[in-house]
Amino acid sequence: MSESVSLTHADGRPVFLDTEGKHHPHNGTLLGFWLYLLSDLMIFACLFATYGVLGRNYAAGPSGADLFELPLIAVNTAVLLLSSITYGFAMIALQKRSKRGLIGWLLVTGLLGLCFLGIELYEFAHLIHIGAGPQRSAFLSSFFALVGTHGLHVLFGVIWLLVLCVQVNKHGINRANARRVACLSMFWHFLDVVWIGVFTFVYLMGSLP
Amino acid sequence: MTDPSVHGHDEHHDDDGIPHVSVKEYLTGFVLSVVLTAIPFALVMGKAVPNSIVLAVVLLAFAAVQVVVHMVYFLHMNAKSEGGWNALALIFTVVLVVIVLSGSLWVMHHLNSNMMPGAHDMQEMIKNAP
Repeated sequence: MSESVSLTHADGRPVFLDTEGKHHPHNGTLLGFWLYLLSDLMIFACLFATYGVLGRNYAAGPSGADLFELPLIAVNTAVLLLSSITYGFAMIALQKRSKRGLIGWLLVTGLLGLCFLGIELYEFAHLIHIGAGPQRSAFLSSFFALVGTHGLHVLFGVIWLLVLCVQVNKHGINRANARRVACLSMFWHFLDVVWIGVFTFVYLMGSLP
Repeated sequence: MTDPSVHGHDEHHDDDGIPHVSVKEYLTGFVLSVVLTAIPFALVMGKAVPNSIVLAVVLLAFAAVQVVVHMVYFLHMNAKSEGGWNALALIFTVVLVVIVLSGSLWVMHHLNSNMMPGAHDMQEMIKNAP
Protein backbone atom coordinates (compact mmCIF):
# COMPACT_ATOMS: atom_id res chain seq x y z
CA MET A 1 0.00 0.00 0.00
CA SER A 2 1.34 3.42 -0.90
CA GLU A 3 1.32 6.04 1.77
CA SER A 4 0.99 9.68 0.94
CA VAL A 5 1.27 12.93 2.85
CA SER A 6 -1.11 15.73 1.94
CA LEU A 7 -0.16 19.40 1.73
CA THR A 8 -1.99 22.29 0.16
CA HIS A 9 -1.06 24.80 -2.52
CA ALA A 10 -1.41 28.52 -1.83
CA ASP A 11 -4.86 28.44 -3.40
CA GLY A 12 -5.99 25.54 -1.28
CA ARG A 13 -5.60 22.73 -3.85
CA PRO A 14 -4.17 19.62 -2.24
CA VAL A 15 -0.68 18.44 -3.18
CA PHE A 16 0.02 14.71 -3.01
CA LEU A 17 3.60 13.67 -2.51
CA ASP A 18 4.27 10.01 -2.98
CA THR A 19 6.58 8.85 -0.21
CA GLU A 20 7.72 5.82 -2.19
CA GLY A 21 9.36 7.78 -4.98
CA LYS A 22 7.77 9.48 -7.94
CA HIS A 23 8.66 7.11 -10.78
CA HIS A 24 5.42 5.22 -11.09
CA PRO A 25 3.78 4.41 -14.40
CA HIS A 26 0.88 6.79 -14.89
CA ASN A 27 -0.83 4.57 -17.38
CA GLY A 28 -0.14 0.86 -17.30
CA THR A 29 -1.36 0.11 -20.84
CA LEU A 30 1.93 0.79 -22.59
CA LEU A 31 3.86 -1.21 -19.99
CA GLY A 32 1.38 -4.09 -20.33
CA PHE A 33 1.69 -3.97 -24.11
CA TRP A 34 5.47 -3.95 -23.80
CA LEU A 35 5.22 -7.12 -21.68
CA TYR A 36 3.06 -8.71 -24.40
CA LEU A 37 5.71 -7.81 -27.00
CA LEU A 38 8.43 -9.36 -24.87
CA SER A 39 6.41 -12.59 -24.58
CA ASP A 40 6.06 -12.48 -28.36
CA LEU A 41 9.84 -12.08 -28.52
CA MET A 42 10.11 -15.39 -26.63
CA ILE A 43 8.09 -17.10 -29.39
CA PHE A 44 10.48 -15.69 -31.97
CA ALA A 45 13.47 -16.73 -29.83
CA CYS A 46 12.19 -20.32 -29.89
CA LEU A 47 11.73 -20.18 -33.66
CA PHE A 48 15.21 -18.67 -34.08
CA ALA A 49 16.63 -21.45 -31.88
CA THR A 50 14.81 -24.04 -34.00
CA TYR A 51 16.23 -22.49 -37.15
CA GLY A 52 19.69 -22.31 -35.56
CA VAL A 53 19.55 -26.02 -34.72
CA LEU A 54 17.96 -27.28 -37.96
CA GLY A 55 19.11 -24.61 -40.42
CA ARG A 56 22.00 -26.69 -41.78
CA ASN A 57 20.09 -29.97 -42.18
CA TYR A 58 19.39 -29.87 -45.90
CA ALA A 59 18.45 -33.57 -46.39
CA ALA A 60 20.41 -33.49 -49.66
CA GLY A 61 18.17 -30.63 -50.78
CA PRO A 62 18.98 -27.01 -51.64
CA SER A 63 20.78 -24.79 -49.12
CA GLY A 64 20.21 -21.13 -48.32
CA ALA A 65 23.08 -20.14 -50.60
CA ASP A 66 21.25 -21.89 -53.47
CA LEU A 67 17.82 -20.45 -52.75
CA PHE A 68 18.00 -16.94 -51.29
CA GLU A 69 17.78 -14.04 -53.70
CA LEU A 70 19.48 -11.28 -51.75
CA PRO A 71 18.42 -8.36 -54.03
CA LEU A 72 14.78 -9.31 -53.36
CA ILE A 73 15.43 -9.47 -49.61
CA ALA A 74 17.21 -6.10 -49.76
CA VAL A 75 14.13 -4.55 -51.43
CA ASN A 76 11.88 -6.16 -48.81
CA THR A 77 14.05 -4.85 -45.98
CA ALA A 78 13.98 -1.37 -47.52
CA VAL A 79 10.16 -1.51 -47.70
CA LEU A 80 9.92 -2.47 -44.02
CA LEU A 81 12.40 0.25 -42.98
CA LEU A 82 10.42 2.82 -44.97
CA SER A 83 7.23 1.70 -43.24
CA SER A 84 8.85 2.32 -39.86
CA ILE A 85 9.65 5.94 -40.72
CA THR A 86 6.15 6.49 -42.18
CA TYR A 87 4.73 5.15 -38.92
CA GLY A 88 6.98 7.66 -37.18
CA PHE A 89 5.36 10.42 -39.25
CA ALA A 90 1.94 9.06 -38.21
CA MET A 91 3.00 9.41 -34.56
CA ILE A 92 4.07 12.99 -35.24
CA ALA A 93 0.72 13.72 -36.91
CA LEU A 94 -0.94 12.25 -33.81
CA GLN A 95 1.07 14.57 -31.61
CA LYS A 96 0.01 17.53 -33.75
CA ARG A 97 -3.63 16.33 -33.45
CA SER A 98 -3.84 16.15 -37.25
CA LYS A 99 -6.52 13.58 -38.03
CA ARG A 100 -5.95 13.68 -41.81
CA GLY A 101 -2.19 13.39 -41.38
CA LEU A 102 -2.56 10.49 -38.97
CA ILE A 103 -4.91 8.50 -41.22
CA GLY A 104 -2.84 9.35 -44.31
CA TRP A 105 0.46 8.19 -42.84
CA LEU A 106 -1.19 5.11 -41.33
CA LEU A 107 -2.53 4.16 -44.77
CA VAL A 108 0.92 4.70 -46.36
CA THR A 109 2.38 2.44 -43.66
CA GLY A 110 -0.29 -0.18 -44.33
CA LEU A 111 0.42 -0.04 -48.05
CA LEU A 112 4.14 -0.62 -47.41
CA GLY A 113 3.19 -3.51 -45.10
CA LEU A 114 1.14 -5.04 -47.92
CA CYS A 115 4.08 -4.57 -50.34
CA PHE A 116 6.28 -6.43 -47.87
CA LEU A 117 3.75 -9.26 -47.63
CA GLY A 118 3.38 -9.37 -51.41
CA ILE A 119 7.13 -9.76 -51.94
CA GLU A 120 7.28 -12.40 -49.21
CA LEU A 121 4.38 -14.36 -50.70
CA TYR A 122 6.07 -14.15 -54.11
CA GLU A 123 9.25 -15.58 -52.57
CA PHE A 124 7.34 -18.39 -50.80
CA ALA A 125 5.36 -19.24 -53.95
CA HIS A 126 8.58 -19.32 -55.96
CA LEU A 127 10.28 -21.63 -53.44
CA ILE A 128 7.31 -24.00 -53.31
CA HIS A 129 7.09 -23.93 -57.11
CA ILE A 130 10.71 -25.07 -57.53
CA GLY A 131 10.18 -27.88 -55.01
CA ALA A 132 11.74 -26.17 -52.00
CA GLY A 133 8.59 -26.13 -49.90
CA PRO A 134 8.45 -26.56 -46.11
CA GLN A 135 8.25 -30.35 -46.41
CA ARG A 136 11.54 -30.60 -48.38
CA SER A 137 14.02 -30.53 -45.46
CA ALA A 138 14.37 -29.57 -41.81
CA PHE A 139 16.12 -26.38 -42.98
CA LEU A 140 13.13 -25.36 -45.10
CA SER A 141 10.59 -26.35 -42.41
CA SER A 142 12.26 -24.13 -39.84
CA PHE A 143 12.75 -21.38 -42.45
CA PHE A 144 9.05 -21.28 -43.39
CA ALA A 145 8.01 -21.45 -39.71
CA LEU A 146 10.20 -18.51 -38.69
CA VAL A 147 9.73 -16.21 -41.70
CA GLY A 148 6.06 -17.16 -42.00
CA THR A 149 5.36 -16.29 -38.37
CA HIS A 150 6.92 -12.88 -38.91
CA GLY A 151 4.81 -12.44 -42.04
CA LEU A 152 1.66 -13.36 -40.12
CA HIS A 153 2.52 -10.71 -37.53
CA VAL A 154 2.84 -8.13 -40.32
CA LEU A 155 -0.53 -9.25 -41.72
CA PHE A 156 -2.23 -8.83 -38.33
CA GLY A 157 -0.48 -5.47 -37.92
CA VAL A 158 -1.97 -4.32 -41.24
CA ILE A 159 -5.46 -5.50 -40.19
CA TRP A 160 -5.10 -3.68 -36.85
CA LEU A 161 -3.92 -0.59 -38.73
CA LEU A 162 -6.95 -0.55 -41.03
CA VAL A 163 -9.35 -1.01 -38.09
CA LEU A 164 -7.59 1.84 -36.33
CA CYS A 165 -8.03 4.09 -39.38
CA VAL A 166 -11.80 3.44 -39.23
CA GLN A 167 -11.82 4.17 -35.49
CA VAL A 168 -9.87 7.42 -35.87
CA ASN A 169 -12.06 8.47 -38.78
CA LYS A 170 -15.21 7.85 -36.74
CA HIS A 171 -14.22 9.05 -33.27
CA GLY A 172 -11.34 11.42 -34.00
CA ILE A 173 -8.14 11.67 -31.99
CA ASN A 174 -9.27 10.96 -28.45
CA ARG A 175 -7.41 9.48 -25.52
CA ALA A 176 -8.34 5.89 -26.31
CA ASN A 177 -7.37 6.15 -29.98
CA ALA A 178 -4.09 7.86 -29.11
CA ARG A 179 -3.29 4.96 -26.80
CA ARG A 180 -4.12 2.45 -29.56
CA VAL A 181 -1.92 4.26 -32.09
CA ALA A 182 0.93 4.26 -29.55
CA CYS A 183 0.51 0.50 -28.96
CA LEU A 184 0.45 -0.27 -32.68
CA SER A 185 3.58 1.87 -33.03
CA MET A 186 5.39 -0.39 -30.57
CA PHE A 187 4.04 -3.48 -32.38
CA TRP A 188 5.16 -2.20 -35.78
CA HIS A 189 8.66 -1.21 -34.66
CA PHE A 190 8.96 -4.50 -32.77
CA LEU A 191 8.36 -6.34 -36.05
CA ASP A 192 11.22 -4.33 -37.52
CA VAL A 193 13.49 -5.47 -34.71
CA VAL A 194 12.56 -9.12 -35.37
CA TRP A 195 13.15 -8.61 -39.11
CA ILE A 196 16.70 -7.40 -38.36
CA GLY A 197 17.28 -10.82 -36.77
CA VAL A 198 15.66 -12.60 -39.72
CA PHE A 199 17.58 -10.88 -42.50
CA THR A 200 20.89 -11.15 -40.63
CA PHE A 201 20.63 -14.65 -39.21
CA VAL A 202 18.56 -16.37 -41.90
CA TYR A 203 19.22 -14.61 -45.19
CA LEU A 204 22.69 -13.03 -44.93
CA MET A 205 24.35 -15.71 -42.81
CA GLY A 206 22.46 -18.41 -44.72
CA SER A 207 23.95 -17.13 -47.98
CA LEU A 208 27.52 -17.49 -46.71
CA PRO A 209 29.41 -20.47 -48.15
CA MET B 1 4.48 20.30 -12.40
CA THR B 2 2.96 22.90 -14.74
CA ASP B 3 6.36 24.47 -15.32
CA PRO B 4 7.62 22.98 -18.59
CA SER B 5 11.21 22.98 -17.35
CA VAL B 6 10.24 20.53 -14.61
CA HIS B 7 9.24 17.98 -17.23
CA GLY B 8 12.37 15.99 -17.95
CA HIS B 9 13.12 14.86 -21.48
CA ASP B 10 12.61 11.31 -20.29
CA GLU B 11 8.93 11.77 -19.58
CA HIS B 12 7.31 10.66 -22.78
CA HIS B 13 3.75 10.69 -21.54
CA ASP B 14 1.54 13.68 -21.48
CA ASP B 15 -1.63 13.78 -19.46
CA ASP B 16 -3.65 12.82 -22.53
CA GLY B 17 -1.65 9.63 -23.03
CA ILE B 18 0.07 10.73 -26.26
CA PRO B 19 3.78 9.92 -26.18
CA HIS B 20 6.16 12.74 -26.95
CA VAL B 21 8.09 12.08 -30.13
CA SER B 22 10.14 14.27 -32.43
CA VAL B 23 10.84 14.32 -36.16
CA LYS B 24 14.54 14.58 -35.45
CA GLU B 25 14.50 11.42 -33.35
CA TYR B 26 12.74 9.41 -36.07
CA LEU B 27 14.95 10.74 -38.88
CA THR B 28 18.14 10.01 -36.91
CA GLY B 29 16.92 6.47 -36.26
CA PHE B 30 15.95 6.00 -39.89
CA VAL B 31 19.27 7.21 -41.31
CA LEU B 32 21.23 5.08 -38.83
CA SER B 33 19.20 1.97 -39.60
CA VAL B 34 19.53 2.48 -43.38
CA VAL B 35 23.32 2.68 -43.00
CA LEU B 36 23.38 -0.30 -40.63
CA THR B 37 21.30 -2.35 -43.09
CA ALA B 38 23.11 -1.32 -46.29
CA ILE B 39 26.59 -2.22 -45.04
CA PRO B 40 25.83 -5.88 -44.13
CA PHE B 41 23.97 -6.42 -47.42
CA ALA B 42 26.86 -4.85 -49.37
CA LEU B 43 29.41 -6.99 -47.51
CA VAL B 44 27.59 -10.24 -48.33
CA MET B 45 26.46 -9.38 -51.86
CA GLY B 46 29.84 -7.91 -52.83
CA LYS B 47 31.69 -10.88 -51.25
CA ALA B 48 33.96 -8.33 -49.61
CA VAL B 49 35.17 -10.58 -46.78
CA PRO B 50 36.49 -13.99 -47.87
CA ASN B 51 36.42 -15.52 -44.36
CA SER B 52 32.87 -16.70 -43.56
CA ILE B 53 33.33 -16.83 -39.80
CA VAL B 54 34.73 -13.28 -39.58
CA LEU B 55 31.91 -12.06 -41.82
CA ALA B 56 29.28 -13.83 -39.68
CA VAL B 57 30.59 -12.13 -36.54
CA VAL B 58 30.58 -8.75 -38.31
CA LEU B 59 26.98 -9.31 -39.47
CA LEU B 60 25.83 -10.20 -35.94
CA ALA B 61 27.58 -7.11 -34.56
CA PHE B 62 25.77 -4.86 -37.09
CA ALA B 63 22.44 -6.52 -36.19
CA ALA B 64 23.03 -5.99 -32.47
CA VAL B 65 23.82 -2.28 -32.99
CA GLN B 66 20.76 -1.86 -35.20
CA VAL B 67 18.47 -3.48 -32.63
CA VAL B 68 19.70 -0.95 -30.07
CA VAL B 69 19.12 1.90 -32.56
CA HIS B 70 15.53 0.74 -33.13
CA MET B 71 14.93 0.37 -29.39
CA VAL B 72 16.17 3.87 -28.63
CA TYR B 73 14.86 5.90 -31.58
CA PHE B 74 11.68 4.04 -32.62
CA LEU B 75 10.49 2.25 -29.47
CA HIS B 76 11.60 5.21 -27.29
CA MET B 77 13.21 2.94 -24.74
CA ASN B 78 15.34 4.31 -21.97
CA ALA B 79 16.01 3.48 -18.35
CA LYS B 80 13.36 5.93 -17.16
CA SER B 81 10.31 5.06 -19.29
CA GLU B 82 7.40 3.64 -17.24
CA GLY B 83 9.42 4.14 -14.09
CA GLY B 84 12.17 1.73 -15.15
CA TRP B 85 9.82 -1.27 -15.45
CA ASN B 86 10.20 -1.34 -19.24
CA ALA B 87 13.96 -1.70 -18.95
CA LEU B 88 13.69 -4.28 -16.17
CA ALA B 89 11.26 -6.45 -18.18
CA LEU B 90 13.53 -6.09 -21.23
CA ILE B 91 16.62 -7.22 -19.30
CA PHE B 92 14.72 -10.24 -17.95
CA THR B 93 13.54 -11.21 -21.44
CA VAL B 94 16.98 -10.75 -22.98
CA VAL B 95 18.45 -13.08 -20.34
CA LEU B 96 15.79 -15.70 -21.18
CA VAL B 97 16.34 -15.27 -24.94
CA VAL B 98 20.10 -15.71 -24.54
CA ILE B 99 19.57 -18.87 -22.45
CA VAL B 100 17.09 -20.31 -24.99
CA LEU B 101 19.26 -19.51 -28.02
CA SER B 102 22.72 -20.35 -26.72
CA GLY B 103 21.41 -23.34 -24.73
CA SER B 104 19.63 -24.85 -27.75
CA LEU B 105 22.60 -24.33 -30.05
CA TRP B 106 25.08 -25.67 -27.49
CA VAL B 107 23.08 -28.77 -26.59
CA MET B 108 22.16 -29.64 -30.17
CA HIS B 109 25.71 -29.03 -31.41
CA HIS B 110 27.05 -31.50 -28.86
CA LEU B 111 24.25 -33.93 -29.61
CA ASN B 112 25.12 -33.80 -33.30
CA SER B 113 28.85 -34.16 -32.79
CA ASN B 114 28.46 -37.02 -30.29
CA MET B 115 25.63 -38.95 -31.90
CA MET B 116 26.44 -38.68 -35.57
CA PRO B 117 29.70 -40.31 -36.51
CA GLY B 118 31.58 -38.44 -39.18
CA ALA B 119 33.36 -40.12 -42.09
CA HIS B 120 36.62 -40.36 -40.13
CA ASP B 121 34.91 -41.98 -37.12
CA MET B 122 33.19 -44.46 -39.39
CA GLN B 123 36.52 -45.58 -40.87
CA GLU B 124 37.93 -46.04 -37.35
CA MET B 125 34.87 -48.06 -36.33
CA ILE B 126 35.17 -50.32 -39.36
CA LYS B 127 38.90 -50.78 -38.74
CA ASN B 128 38.34 -51.70 -35.08
CA ALA B 129 35.36 -53.92 -35.73
CA PRO B 130 35.84 -57.50 -34.52
